[in-house]
Amino acid sequence: MIETLQQGSSYAADIDGLIILVAVLSGFWFFVAQGVFFWLIFRYRAKPGKKSKYVTGREKHLTRWISFPHGLVLVCDVFIIVASVNVWYNVKQRLPEADRVVRITGQQWAWTFQHPGSDGELDTEDDIYAVNELHVEVDKTYHFHLEARDVMHSFSVPVFRLKQDAIPGRSIMGWFRPTLIGEFDVQCAEICGIGHGVMAARIFITDEAQRAAWVTQNTPNR
Amino acid sequence: MSAKPIATTRSATGIPTGRLAVWWLLASEVVIFGGLLGSYIMHRVGHPEWAEAAAHTQVWFGAFNTLVLLTSSFTAVLAHQAAESGQGKKAAKFLVMTMGGALTFLLVKSIEWTIEISHGYTITTNTFWSFYYTAAGLHGLHVIAGAIIMGFIAVDAWRGRELQRVELIGIYWHFVDLVWIFLFPLLYIAK
Amino acid sequence: MVEATVEVRHAQHEVHEHHGPQGVLKYLWSTDHKVISMQYLFTGMFMAVVGGFMAYVFRMQLAFPGSSVPGFGIVSPGEYNSLVTNHGSIMIFWVAMPVLIAAFGNFLIPLMIGADDMVFPRINRLSFQVFFISALVILGSLFVEGGGFGGAWTAYPPLSAKGVYNQTPLGATLWLIGVTLEFVAFLLGGINFITTLMNARAPGMKAYDIPMVCWMIVIASILFMLSVGPLIAGAVMLLFDQTLGTGFYDPATGGDPVLWQHLFWFFGHPEVYVVMLPAIGITIDIVATFARKKLFGYKLMLYTTVATGVLSFFVWAHHQFISGIDPRMANVFMVTTLLISVPIAELMFVIIATLYGGSIRLATPMLWALAFIAEFLIGGVTGIFLGASGADIYFHDTYFVLAHFHYTFFPIAIIGTFAGLTYWFPKMFGKMMSDKLGKIHFWGTIIPFNFIFIPLFVLGMGGQHRRIYNFQHFPDLAGADFQRLRIIATVALLVMLAFQLVFFYNFIRSLLRGEKAPKNPWNANTLEWTTESPPPHGNWPPDQMPKVYRGPYEYGRPDRESDFWPQDEPA
Repeated sequence: MIETLQQGSSYAADIDGLIILVAVLSGFWFFVAQGVFFWLIFRYRAKPGKKSKYVTGREKHLTRWISFPHGLVLVCDVFIIVASVNVWYNVKQRLPEADRVVRITGQQWAWTFQHPGSDGELDTEDDIYAVNELHVEVDKTYHFHLEARDVMHSFSVPVFRLKQDAIPGRSIMGWFRPTLIGEFDVQCAEICGIGHGVMAARIFITDEAQRAAWVTQNTPNR
Repeated sequence: MSAKPIATTRSATGIPTGRLAVWWLLASEVVIFGGLLGSYIMHRVGHPEWAEAAAHTQVWFGAFNTLVLLTSSFTAVLAHQAAESGQGKKAAKFLVMTMGGALTFLLVKSIEWTIEISHGYTITTNTFWSFYYTAAGLHGLHVIAGAIIMGFIAVDAWRGRELQRVELIGIYWHFVDLVWIFLFPLLYIAK
Repeated sequence: MVEATVEVRHAQHEVHEHHGPQGVLKYLWSTDHKVISMQYLFTGMFMAVVGGFMAYVFRMQLAFPGSSVPGFGIVSPGEYNSLVTNHGSIMIFWVAMPVLIAAFGNFLIPLMIGADDMVFPRINRLSFQVFFISALVILGSLFVEGGGFGGAWTAYPPLSAKGVYNQTPLGATLWLIGVTLEFVAFLLGGINFITTLMNARAPGMKAYDIPMVCWMIVIASILFMLSVGPLIAGAVMLLFDQTLGTGFYDPATGGDPVLWQHLFWFFGHPEVYVVMLPAIGITIDIVATFARKKLFGYKLMLYTTVATGVLSFFVWAHHQFISGIDPRMANVFMVTTLLISVPIAELMFVIIATLYGGSIRLATPMLWALAFIAEFLIGGVTGIFLGASGADIYFHDTYFVLAHFHYTFFPIAIIGTFAGLTYWFPKMFGKMMSDKLGKIHFWGTIIPFNFIFIPLFVLGMGGQHRRIYNFQHFPDLAGADFQRLRIIATVALLVMLAFQLVFFYNFIRSLLRGEKAPKNPWNANTLEWTTESPPPHGNWPPDQMPKVYRGPYEYGRPDRESDFWPQDEPA
């Protein structure tokens, strides 16, 4: 199913790449282990008159079959660690310079998205508040300020491969850069009560022109 | 009542089974109090303003109670010594003294808490006081439970029975004392 | 001479009386480890039916949203949350732990070490009584006003701390009390298991002569005792937040919701090894018996298990990668998490290697033990995706996680249990189970199991999140191909549940009319097979307690005609 879920952010491909790396490495060991396992069951099934071998586990030529894979597994782990540190650093530890900003507030049971108006600044009079609708522009780097009003929530945009828990009493900053125009799901990824399942929001990724039009249409009148 | 199983009389490690059990019990208790006090310390480090709240604890009462508990640990040691030489009645007397220490501790704590509550410092006043009452309260529950079990062991010891248990309740009592030795500076003194 | 012997026998008999209470009281007040193990077993099996029923209800809701579920009715969003919360809690705390640790531990440890009971029989009885009360409390919590707690088995505050948020305040408090009582019961039980294994072994049984399942249960008890403390402290704090209005986890009063997460997962992660170890121990003992093989590396298995146990204390925050912890900390936990896969992989390799050179008989217990290995491999491997923090950004809180832990928990709690039950049923109840019905039940469980959870992996990869009662609200997830997968999973569950009737039928029929079991139907080496099936009170006559002369896995020795060598047979 992952191929049907498009890559909508600048780091979605990185995350998918890491997933594929883990799949290849762990998949290899998985099939080797299962293969050896089923072969041994077949090869050493009980036969009349044939007694089992007495193996103490100290036979070097046999323990090699364990210690060698053991070492290789460790090497595979190192590859995965390096790849994961890279991806994690890029998404969670660094904050590239922002073109745009947005404030996201989760509460029981809706998302409020505070978009700056044409002045580009949050907390000014022309800010556009939308409930359950996040409007962003393609190919622009966004900083988000994530907050929760009551209990834990979690902002999840599967098409971005992004997720971040929202903690009451804190404002957590992160970033994303949309790369795909379209309309996609936003889910709450932390159980937040009876309405957790209806906290569905939508993200609308548009080009510059559509964005300008939306801002003009929705800027509050004074 | 059926007699003890053969299992209880064996000792493949050479260590008496009762003592092993008490040490494992204490290991689990250490993690319980460790978790609670660790959480408190993490909070405290992040909230320097709690020092102001801590200044309202009754340090002299706390200090007196520390002395009481230390003395009661001493009488517990004396009880153990008496039990080792088979003097059940003497061991029982020292155990009763230890229980007296426990009672004194609880009495002093009741007075102390009454004073604090009457000054408006309750468990919901702020999170410092929540930790204060929870930690001291959990400790107090362990004092009560220990004193009750000590009573049963003292009755048996008076009758010359199960003298090996005097040492075991003593080990538990030292632990209860030790927890207080940590609590006192963390809750009362730390600025 | 004869009189003196008779006198000695009488004296011994008086000192070591093996009389328990009689009649119905026998079952209520018995301190016999075997009776207590049955109490745990049957309570656990009952709770499994409750937990399984909950799974049936919520999976029906997911496959046919909004429809009335037969036997339950329409599932409201609040009820859905309560169902998933209590399904998880019940399966871990009131099924896996009592059956794998308390039932098997209580039954097997004294028998396998050649003792007549646990060292503290009355504390043993107390531990069951506390456990039983905890079960009543959690069941009671489902019927109080507001319904059962609905904040997930992880109970994150502030949701779990305030009734105004979770709308199940009474259920939430009862849930917390039930869980805490269960912890106390297992602390009490654990002390018994550990000290009994350490001290009450038969003469001649050295440390490396102990059967692996006993080691595993005791190491699991140690892990439990050392990890649950902070959560007990945390639970007291949560209880006070719920009932007294304190603010330990409330940011408005200087508290921290993330503190609970750390306290919970510091226990939560070792806990999965607490339940895993006994299941692996059962698997190992069954593989040795039915492959007629010494373990490929007894000491290696023991050391990797201890290594896993120690490491398990250092991985907990992989459950919290994106929860708002310092992102730099995530890297540390990612490394420890990936490292812990190494000793576990090694353990699995050594178990598989034990099959080499064997003479493998595929009786029902062996089928279960082998299925454990095959299915657990899937669970273990999918855990790597989650341990890699970068990938976890995407997978956290999705059905991928759910499928991963069911591919570990199901082998542990269900496959492990059936393996142990079919293997030790003759010893426990003195009758043989039908192997034919056992095989039907086996295939009828294993095949549907995979059809439940493979679709859930796929759904998780597609971005489907957990604890949501109706995916029709999410346009990207509401499509027909997604819904088809949900229906497949639900139908597979119904099939699997139906096949459990075969087990119950086999169980009861064998109890009532099964073939009488000999002492040692499987020709195994360990001490439990040297006494009657079922063992009498005291397990062996007091003057015939076994002595041990060798390790438990001397199978297939070339210098002997027989392919097994019981531990108690003199050289």
